[in-house]
Amino acid sequence: MASNSTAIEVEHLVRRFGDIEALSDVSVTIRKGEFFSLLGPSGCGKTTLLRIIGGLDIPDGGVVRIGGVDAREIVAHKRPVNTVFQSYALFPHMNVSDNIAFGLRMKKVPKPEIQERVKRVMNLVEITSLGDRKPAQLSGGQKQRVALARAVVNEPQVLLLDEPLGALDLKLRKQLQVELLSLQRRLGITFVYVTHDQEEALVMSDRIAVMRAGKIVQMGESESLYEHPQTRYVSQFLGSCNILDATVKQRGTTDAIVDTPAGQLRVEYGLNPPNVAKSDKFTLAIRPEKVTLCGIAEGSGENRIKVRVEELLYVGSETHYLLRAGPQKLTAQAMNVKVGSQGFDIGQEAVAYLPAAGLLLLDD
Amino acid sequence: MANKQKDEVQFGEQLTSRGQFLRSALTSGPGIFWVVFFLLVPLVSIAVISFLSRGMYGEIQRPFTLENFKRFIGFGLFGYDPLYPLIVLRSLVLGAATTILCVLGGLPLAFFIGAMPVRFKNMALTLVLIPFWTNLLIRTYAWQILLAPENPLAKLLVLLHLSSPGEPLYPSAFAIYIGMVCDYLPFLVMPLYASVEKIDWSIAEAAMDLGADGWRVFWHAVLPQVVPGLVAGIILVFIPAMGQFVIPDLLGGAKTVMLGNAIQQQFLQSRDWPFGSAITFLAMTLVMLSLWLYARSAGEKGGDIL
Repeated sequence: MASNSTAIEVEHLVRRFGDIEALSDVSVTIRKGEFFSLLGPSGCGKTTLLRIIGGLDIPDGGVVRIGGVDAREIVAHKRPVNTVFQSYALFPHMNVSDNIAFGLRMKKVPKPEIQERVKRVMNLVEITSLGDRKPAQLSGGQKQRVALARAVVNEPQVLLLDEPLGALDLKLRKQLQVELLSLQRRLGITFVYVTHDQEEALVMSDRIAVMRAGKIVQMGESESLYEHPQTRYVSQFLGSCNILDATVKQRGTTDAIVDTPAGQLRVEYGLNPPNVAKSDKFTLAIRPEKVTLCGIAEGSGENRIKVRVEELLYVGSETHYLLRAGPQKLTAQAMNVKVGSQGFDIGQEAVAYLPAAGLLLLDD
Repeated sequence: MANKQKDEVQFGEQLTSRGQFLRSALTSGPGIFWVVFFLLVPLVSIAVISFLSRGMYGEIQRPFTLENFKRFIGFGLFGYDPLYPLIVLRSLVLGAATTILCVLGGLPLAFFIGAMPVRFKNMALTLVLIPFWTNLLIRTYAWQILLAPENPLAKLLVLLHLSSPGEPLYPSAFAIYIGMVCDYLPFLVMPLYASVEKIDWSIAEAAMDLGADGWRVFWHAVLPQVVPGLVAGIILVFIPAMGQFVIPDLLGGAKTVMLGNAIQQQFLQSRDWPFGSAITFLAMTLVMLSLWLYARSAGEKGGDIL
């Protein structure tokens, strides 16, 4: 049901390209004013979903409602949504001001108002001095800002962004992430953001839908998605994860004792569904930063495993340790809090602590 | 001297300035030689000859005079007669009308071929090129046969009440333009098609996303992208179409004199080289001028073209 707080409803959407199902029965509700990300590897259907919402592609089945209205009743060029394209798709023969004014001209907005709104939006995205330039004379970051301004100036109900920062270098991308987010907060427009960059999705989104092969595999707020992935795929795609094959030894109501190649561990179910615990074999996962490396003297106690440091990657603020416990490989990440050596060297014996609450039970 | 200067490295080689000169003379020399001796020299001679006079037996002789140009404008021996300006105008109209017809036919055709599946594209392009590979005279005579009153095309037109029985379809303006478009369409379609293939369709999607309907998407987002190809095609059609006289003669009944005929007459029949040169010179100036004006106005709309 369309309520006042719903911007977009997608129901049972199907899209086929020949034999390939780019979207198979996708349903999702996007709330008004939220920053919603579609995250997945290339070819997972995220761009197809965005294009269908924008009216640039037609679904083979299912319904899209924009602001409660069936999108089939609105022709593409009259939808209250605008898109920021991955390739920017600026009009090469028009200067920056004309590019931005295009949408308003098509809607026959009076000229003085167009001028006023274009000027305001150019101030907003900080390209005030570029009005007379042609797109070919702009840098990547500037093109990106123009593309954004050209969409935002129309004051759409929903802004669709198709990997808008994909072509930019890392530093600029980080800077624009922050700017995009603050722009979204200020304008209050619903953003639907397509990306394959998990970090980008985590930083910017209110909610994320992780997609795989035409389906949404898990959807939720950034934090809950990262802390409580339900499947091995999501855990690997969002951040990195240690994966251990586990066999249930003793099952409790809130926790279980399991055998793993690294030794016996206690697992708290947490938010994860107990149905996983019904089977005898499953996948156990733990984020590298949840693994604590301690000296060999602290070797006894629950969920403590003797390990050997095999490799050590120093990345400035953190150190990544590649560990081995029998046949099991583990990685651990630790902030470099101390000045100087962190106390572990290659070849050294140590103890890894895998907290029971940090261990996740996953579907394959 | 060459040792003192730091030698430039080009194409991964270090060459002395003498070596560099030799190399560029060897590579671009023949081309420059060709243009200078077979284009520039004849053009300059035409310009010079147009200011000279005709001798009793057709020889070119002094004094220098403006008589040829006066005669071209219409001040001849027998009072004012705008014969030559009319011929030029007629040729301009022929060239312009042919160009317009070719654009009207070529634009949809280029997009149609561009939208075809790959395996049909080459076949379609070959079909477009066939007239181009056929001898002009053979093609034109073929049209004479096709347009004859006893053949299907004429009968079809009678059936559609577009002409009366027994009325010949040629010689006529209709026949001329059929021949002209048939001749020049490939010159327009080929460069245009090359532009169509390079269109960035995401720009058209952006225009649609921003609220443009079908026609406005075409006008604002698609057409500007093919302007370079369109301009190239228009130039390739307009210049030769303006000088064309074989097709108007064969399909139009040789009743009218075109620019091409006029020049040919002066050089071959009247043996008046100075006057022939004056016509040639003025006609060329006119073409250049109109192209420049066109490029300038198109340049304002579509960005950098020429």
